[in-house]
Amino acid sequence: MSAADYKGFRYIGKKRRTKEDPRFVTGHGRFVADIALPDMKHVALVTSPHAAARIKAIRTDKALALTGVHYVLTGAELCAAVDPILPGVDAPRVTRYPLARGVVRYAGEWVAAVVADTRALAEDAAEKIEVDYEPTEYVLDPEKAIEPGSPLVHPLHGSNVLYRRKFVWGPVDEDFARAEHKLALRVRWGRSATVPIETFGVAAQWDPGRQLLDVWASIQMPKYPDQTARALRLPGNAVRVHFDVDVGGSFGVKRGIKHTVLVGYLAKKLGFPVRFIEDRLENMRGGDMHGPDRIFDLQVAFDSDGTIRSLRIRALDDVGAYAGRSPLQLGKPVGAIVGPYQIHSVEYEPISVMTNKTAQEAVRGFGQSPTNYALETAIDRVACELGMDRIALRKKNFIRKDQFPYLIPSGTSYDSGDYHAVLDKALAAADYPALLAARDAARKIGHLAGIGISSCLEPSGANSAFEPLFNPKNETTTWMDSCLVRVDLSGAITGVMNTSSAGQGHETLVATVLGEVLERDPDTIRVVHADSLNALPSNSPVGSRMAIMLGGAAAGAARKIKAALLAIAAHNLNKDVAQLEYHEGSVGVKGDAKQALSWAQLVEIAHRKFHQMPPGLEPGLQAKFVWEVPTGGALPTADGRVQMYPCFSFEAHVVLIEIDPATGQPKLVRYACGHDCGVMISPDIVHGMTYGGIAHGIGAALYEKFAYSDNGQLESQSFMDYLIPSAMEVPAIAIVDHCTPSPHTTFGQKGSGEAGYLGAPAAIACAVNDALAPLGTTIDALPMTPLQIWTRMQLVRTGN
Amino acid sequence: MSDEQLYSISIEVNGERREALVPARLSLVDFLRDTLRLTGTHVGCEHGICGACSVLLDGEPVRSCLMYAVQADGRRVTTIEGLAQADGTPGVLQDAFCETHATQCGYCTPGMIVAAHALLESNPEPAEHEIREAIGGNLCRCTGYQQIVDAIKLAAEKRSVGAAGK
Amino acid sequence: MKAASFDYERPTTLAEACSLLAAHGPDAKVIAGGQSLVPMMAMRLARPARLIDISRLAELQRVVAPLQGDGHFIVGAGVRQCVMEREPLARANLPLLARALRWVGHAQTRNRGTIGGSIVHGDVSAEIALVACVLDAMLELHDTSGITEIPAREFYLAPMVTAILPEQCLAEIRFPVWPSAAAHILRGCAFEEVSVRHGDFALVSACAQLELDADERCLRLELGIGGAAPVPLALPEVGAQLTGARLDEAAITDAAAAAADLADPEGDLHASADYRRHLARVLVERVLRAAKEDAMSKARADK
Repeated sequence: MSAADYKGFRYIGKKRRTKEDPRFVTGHGRFVADIALPDMKHVALVTSPHAAARIKAIRTDKALALTGVHYVLTGAELCAAVDPILPGVDAPRVTRYPLARGVVRYAGEWVAAVVADTRALAEDAAEKIEVDYEPTEYVLDPEKAIEPGSPLVHPLHGSNVLYRRKFVWGPVDEDFARAEHKLALRVRWGRSATVPIETFGVAAQWDPGRQLLDVWASIQMPKYPDQTARALRLPGNAVRVHFDVDVGGSFGVKRGIKHTVLVGYLAKKLGFPVRFIEDRLENMRGGDMHGPDRIFDLQVAFDSDGTIRSLRIRALDDVGAYAGRSPLQLGKPVGAIVGPYQIHSVEYEPISVMTNKTAQEAVRGFGQSPTNYALETAIDRVACELGMDRIALRKKNFIRKDQFPYLIPSGTSYDSGDYHAVLDKALAAADYPALLAARDAARKIGHLAGIGISSCLEPSGANSAFEPLFNPKNETTTWMDSCLVRVDLSGAITGVMNTSSAGQGHETLVATVLGEVLERDPDTIRVVHADSLNALPSNSPVGSRMAIMLGGAAAGAARKIKAALLAIAAHNLNKDVAQLEYHEGSVGVKGDAKQALSWAQLVEIAHRKFHQMPPGLEPGLQAKFVWEVPTGGALPTADGRVQMYPCFSFEAHVVLIEIDPATGQPKLVRYACGHDCGVMISPDIVHGMTYGGIAHGIGAALYEKFAYSDNGQLESQSFMDYLIPSAMEVPAIAIVDHCTPSPHTTFGQKGSGEAGYLGAPAAIACAVNDALAPLGTTIDALPMTPLQIWTRMQLVRTGN
Repeated sequence: MSDEQLYSISIEVNGERREALVPARLSLVDFLRDTLRLTGTHVGCEHGICGACSVLLDGEPVRSCLMYAVQADGRRVTTIEGLAQADGTPGVLQDAFCETHATQCGYCTPGMIVAAHALLESNPEPAEHEIREAIGGNLCRCTGYQQIVDAIKLAAEKRSVGAAGK
Repeated sequence: MKAASFDYERPTTLAEACSLLAAHGPDAKVIAGGQSLVPMMAMRLARPARLIDISRLAELQRVVAPLQGDGHFIVGAGVRQCVMEREPLARANLPLLARALRWVGHAQTRNRGTIGGSIVHGDVSAEIALVACVLDAMLELHDTSGITEIPAREFYLAPMVTAILPEQCLAEIRFPVWPSAAAHILRGCAFEEVSVRHGDFALVSACAQLELDADERCLRLELGIGGAAPVPLALPEVGAQLTGARLDEAAITDAAAAAADLADPEGDLHASADYRRHLARVLVERVLRAAKEDAMSKARADK
């Protein structure tokens, strides 16, 4: 991190302890399962054992007979009383309710909910509920699911295709015709997810006197209070979501609408608080938190000198039996569809298809990581085909630093970057020549070793224009966030943020920004979370947006406070604002130290001395700032071009992997990551999320898969089979920073919440394939487990 | 309430004798969290893999989701709440976690600190691979473990300085 | 994932525990460390009506090194894995078990899990069970009518199925300790395992304990594979074949091939049957080489 990038900042970019850590290291976080409401009851679920079936009957009498059991809710009752949850694309016949309505569509789908004095009793009762099922046909293979004649997951929808469109940006056919070479490849991103250690949980309490539903949840979801209220047929101001609940990790997945509608309904109906904490099995099978499950077919048109001219990408994604925002995960990559490369034209055909599996939800990066994996694998194939060095090929095609802002064929403009510099830094941090030597030395003694390189974008800021892009009926272009800042009578500063946090350090972010603008020590600034009734609008921490949007909102509010202070001082010192200077909260006349008003004096005037206030200025000292995402506000064109996210962070990964040739076990030997997210407001927080993102990426690349049996059962439904990397699987990682500030943001910051995850699977996959290159083979699907690696090696050895 | 048989137990938790009547199937972690309201210890999987529930049992780290409270009768349990100093200020290890930003969402943190604490008690100057192995049974999805390893190294240094100073 | 309810007893003697087992039969289960049983109960795959807690029975905590002339190391079934890890007598007399313990779960599970619990649980990939079979340990089972001895090699019948009867309680495991050898005889052992992550259940494991003379001639060899058959598999026939021969690369390769032929693995999510059979061969080669190196290195150290 160069000092020059951060010159002139007082707090931004400096090492500083976060505000959040102290409560977590002493066990004083406040997670939803920590909240005990008086008289609270607990929920356990009855779930479907079948991939598809009609529900013929549900008998609850034995369950209700148990002591301590209060209620059993089935789909018949619930679905008549609440509105369905709809997907983010135009598919009104694909309805989802918290409980199955007449049919089950995946193994693990929720069929009934038991409410009892304890979770244990609720589970006892759930076991006693008898459900008669009539199994029906099901489809598990997404390629079969798009064919006519396939069993239909939602017959009323008429097909299993939720969304399909072929975008053509630029003269793709011409570029392919003129190119000297073409190649085609298929890669598969296996179904995995970010699986936080805390499962989803929600508690709700209905206050009949106020006609108000209080909700506490482990939530990360835009428009969550609104969607909850709508489904429960309540006005928006009848639901109060408490955003001050600590969320134990989310990384996209904790959308929880169906959980909340279920619990909200029960709380309102039964008259006592109700809490549902998913156990791990409920979470894995039926929490609807699986990630992309995608088959990419790519064609690349390129010349002998390595220039990549055009791409055709078909992305078939299996969203499972229901969809929330999941089909839109095919849409976000539109905003970075060429990656960091100057590719002239692109054809992109996303297909979102339903099968009888657990529903997919948003996962960190919202589809960008699978897309980066596909792109980077294609780049490596081109290099291999041409006999060209992979680094040289990338550098040849990289957008150059003097070309920004750079407009890509799909209509998005990249704001800034210097991809060559970041890649060079990563190579240097990895000591690339030494890596090559190590790889070659290993190969000489018969080991398998490979180097993987990826150079990937992290679009940030969440101008979620994929919503109207994929659903023209949804003309949404507002993606705002906000901050309220108060300076109280004592002179203490409080910032209010308007959504929940799941470990991203938002309180520290806001305090640092407020401190920077107001030149006051961030350690003295408190940041609190509003609830949904007193919150300003927010779109929650998605799409790597908070450094940009919350940071920008906090800065905007702080500037208003600063302007008010200057106005008060000008009025009291009888000067123009231009003659004054602001310094650490006090305001004085330029060049005359004696003519000044201190912070305490200014605060007192604002709060108590109306007679000294300039006319037109509100009393007190507070400001709000609500702003739209930069570059946002436009709908897509008819041919599907749109400015998507505003800011583009960039990461280059360099990885050395060794594979035990006898067992196929991979081992990450060396890991370096060059990272450019513009100005880092809090380096420790950014680095932390990057390390974590890389660990997520290691899981997706080598270990994690939601595997299904032929009859639709989730085989990896516990942590015994869904393998999350530990400190033994994640190596030491060297991060090296670079800074190309964004022209769109207050301080030049870009987002970084998805850092590491967006480039790690690509780099690791490429490393494994580099290791297998001497065998003349590749693996084209993730995760690349020891079994997959060995099986591939064996196929080669036995001449298959 | 329920018809379950209740058992009388007495467990020393964070230095204080706690007595209760509990069903046999109440896990130790649920006893700590729900009966004693010590919510610092967390539940992540309930099948003994993630380590979020780690506590010290007679000074040794164990998974409290894999014990029933009745099994801990008469034993000594230390939770994250008990690892602060006597006056409530964070210990050296907890302070090190704050210094290196070894926690993000905070959910795995108590279990992680318990495991780290146990390591440093038995191995005051651990090498990096020993640190990673000692926390190898505590899963984290936020940090990628790097800053956690840094925190444990830092705590080890500080403890040795502190010990040397005596 | 809360267990179904059960009654809990904490008998103060082994005899009392056996009486309870006799009284309640298949509805009762013994619990010591619970590291295998409790997760199954959480998932309601196991639902004993009664748990009999034997973890504090002093009678099950014995750790007895062999007396002169009696070549057995006695380990009480309730001895915790961490105790055996740390116990110097154990490491000296049962080096193979010491090596195996490093692969067993994580430190936290070894603080609770017991030697006996692992043996009785019957998981095909359990390291301790494999060592018991390979070293031809004798298991001592108690019930109200007396004591039954059964060799570990006869104890395992099928995955998770052992010869223990519902009314029996494993009390002790007697490991044969190889008698002190003449100075020129070199002894070594090794334990290797392949798992997906560190600390996971083994996909396949292998172990070997051997004695060589100065010419690298194999005087005695016990080996076995875990996770590659319905039960932990001691391979005395392979050991016998190598006895008397020089343990060179050819012999090692042949032995590994023979072991792989005797393997009878299943496939699952993490490993196909073919992969397991292949791993069995690879790991047998590795442990034979490593055990030989272990033996030879002691010779070099003594010089």
